[in-house]
Amino acid sequence: MQLFILKRIGLAFLVALFVSFLSFILLRAGGDPAIAMAGEGASEADIEFIRVQFGFDRPVMVQYYDWLSGAVRGDFGQSTYFSSTVAELIAERLPVTLKLGVAALIFAILLAVPLGMIAAVYPNSIIDRTALGLSVLGQALPNFWFALLLIVVFSVWWPLLPPSGNTTWQHFIMPTIVLGYYATPALMRLTRSGMLEVLRSDYIRTARAKGLGPLQVIGKHAMRNAILPAVSLSTVQFGYMLGGSVIIESIFALHGIGQLAWESILRADLATVQAIVLILSLIYVGLNLTGDLLNALLDPRIRVT
Amino acid sequence: MQPATGLENDLPEPALLSPGQVLWQRARHHSGFLLGGTGLALIIILAIAAPLIAPYGPSEQDLLQRLKPPMWADGGSAIHILGTDQLGRDYFSRLLYGARLSLIIGLSAMLISGIIGSTLGIVAGYFGGRIDLAITFLITSRLSMPVVLIALAVAAVFGSSLETVILILGFLLWDGFAVVARSSTIQIRDTEYLLAARALGMPLWRLILTELLPNIKDALIVVATLEMAHAILLESALSFLGLGVQPPLPSWGLMIAEGKDYLLFEPWLIMIPGTALFMLVMSINLLGDGLRDISAPEGRS
Repeated sequence: MQLFILKRIGLAFLVALFVSFLSFILLRAGGDPAIAMAGEGASEADIEFIRVQFGFDRPVMVQYYDWLSGAVRGDFGQSTYFSSTVAELIAERLPVTLKLGVAALIFAILLAVPLGMIAAVYPNSIIDRTALGLSVLGQALPNFWFALLLIVVFSVWWPLLPPSGNTTWQHFIMPTIVLGYYATPALMRLTRSGMLEVLRSDYIRTARAKGLGPLQVIGKHAMRNAILPAVSLSTVQFGYMLGGSVIIESIFALHGIGQLAWESILRADLATVQAIVLILSLIYVGLNLTGDLLNALLDPRIRVT
Repeated sequence: MQPATGLENDLPEPALLSPGQVLWQRARHHSGFLLGGTGLALIIILAIAAPLIAPYGPSEQDLLQRLKPPMWADGGSAIHILGTDQLGRDYFSRLLYGARLSLIIGLSAMLISGIIGSTLGIVAGYFGGRIDLAITFLITSRLSMPVVLIALAVAAVFGSSLETVILILGFLLWDGFAVVARSSTIQIRDTEYLLAARALGMPLWRLILTELLPNIKDALIVVATLEMAHAILLESALSFLGLGVQPPLPSWGLMIAEGKDYLLFEPWLIMIPGTALFMLVMSINLLGDGLRDISAPEGRS
C-alpha cells in the first residue's frame, strides 16, 4: 500500500512537471513574446529593452528553470499588465473560481444523482426517457450560448438575476447552472448504469428477501455502491469545470481566475497566463491523485496493479 | 414442402444475414441513429449547396438594410428570410456558409487528432511495456492540461486564423482516440489471427493496417463522431471569445459574439446561429451514440 501511494505521488509529480514544461514551451513557440508585449508600433529599441528586461534573450531552458524555481516558492513574477505580482492576482481571484466550481459541482450532483437513480429504478419509464433526452440535449448545448440565453430570459425579459458581477450570491446562480449542467449528463449516465448493475446483484435480492422496504433497499444498500463510480468521476469533472470557467467567467464578468486568464491572454500578459495554466493543471493532477488514492483505500483490488 | 406446424415460420433466419445486414437491421430500428444521421446529412447537403441556395454572398454588406428581423417577426420580409446583421449582411446566407466552416473545422481537426491519437494508442497497446508506459504518461499529461485555456493562449500567441484553429484543436483533442485505440488493441493483441499474421512474417505496418485496424475501427468511428462534435463546440467557443476564426468569416460562434451586443432588442441574432450550432452538435452526438449501440449492443447500458 505504501509503495502504491509513493508510486502514484511520484507519477503525479512527473506529470505536473512535464505539463508545466510543455505549456511553457507552447506559449513561447509562437514567436517573440517581447514583440507582443511591446504592442503595435513599438520601436526596435523598445522591443530590445523588453527582451533584455524580461530575459527573453536567454535560452528557453534557462528561462524555464528560472520560472520554475520561482514558481515552487510561490513567486510567479510581476504581471506585465496589472500593477501587482501574479501571486497576488491569483490569491485575489482564485477563491471566486473555487466557489463557482464547488457550487457548480453540487448543482450537477444534486441534479444527476437523483435523476440517474430514478431512471435506473424505473428503466424505460417516462422518467428514464426524459432523463436520457435531457442528457442528450445537455451535451449538445454550447455553454456560452446557454449563458446568453439565460441572460436574455432572466435578466432582460424577466429581470430576476443580475447579468454580471460577483458581489452577491445571486450573481453566482446563472454561472453555476451553466457550468454545472455540462457535467450532469456524464454523472447521470454513470449513476444510472452503476445503479442498474447493483440492483441485479445478489445482496440486493437478499435485502429484498428479508423483507426490507424499497426505500431501505435502494437508499441504504444499493445507493452506497452505485454512486462510487460517479464520485470518482466528479473529481475529474471538477477539474474540467475550473477549465471551463474561462468562458463562463468572461461572459458573466465574474472576477475569478478564468476571467483573469482571458484578460491576460488578450493583453499578452505571459507571466499571468503561465501561472494560471500551471495552477489549473496542478489542481487537476491533485484531484486525480486524491481520487485514485481514495479509490484504492475503498477498493483493495486496485492496489495490486 | 415443409410440414405446417406453424412454429418454424415465426423463427428468424439469422444465418442468412451478413454482418453488414445485421448492422443495417439494427440501424433501421434505432431512432437516435436515424434522427442524427438525417440531421447531419441535411446540414451537409445545405453546406455543400450553399452557393446555390444562398440568396446573397456571406460577406455582402448592405448598410441600408441593417438589423432587419427575420421574416416571421414584425418588420421582417421575404427578402431576408432570417433578417440581416449589424452590417446588413443576409443572415440566412451567412448561416449556410457558416455550416461549411463548422463542418470543415470539425472534420479536419478530427482527422488530425484521429491520426495522432490512434497511432499513439495502437503503438502503446500493441507493444506494451515501456512504450505503453511512456504513451500512457503522455495521455495523462494531455488530460491534465486545461484545454480551453491552452487553446485560447496558443491561438493568441500564434495569431488566430482558420488554419491555426484547426491545428490547435487537432493537436489537443487526440486523447479520446488514444485511450480507445489503446484499450481496443490490448483486447485483440493476443488473438489467434494476429498470432497467425505474425507467424507468417507479415511486416508490422501491414499487420496493423490490414489485421488490427479493421478490427478496432468501429470503436474509433464512435470516438471520431464525438471528437468532431467536441471540436465544433470548441471552435465556436474560441471564435466567440475572439480568438478563433476571424471576421468576416461567418463562423457561428463569431455570429453569436457579434449578435451579443444586440442582446436586448434583437435576441434572434444569437438565437439563430446558436440553434444551428446546437442542432449540428446534437445530430453528430446522436449519430455517434447510435453507432455505438449498433456496432456493440452488448456494451449498451
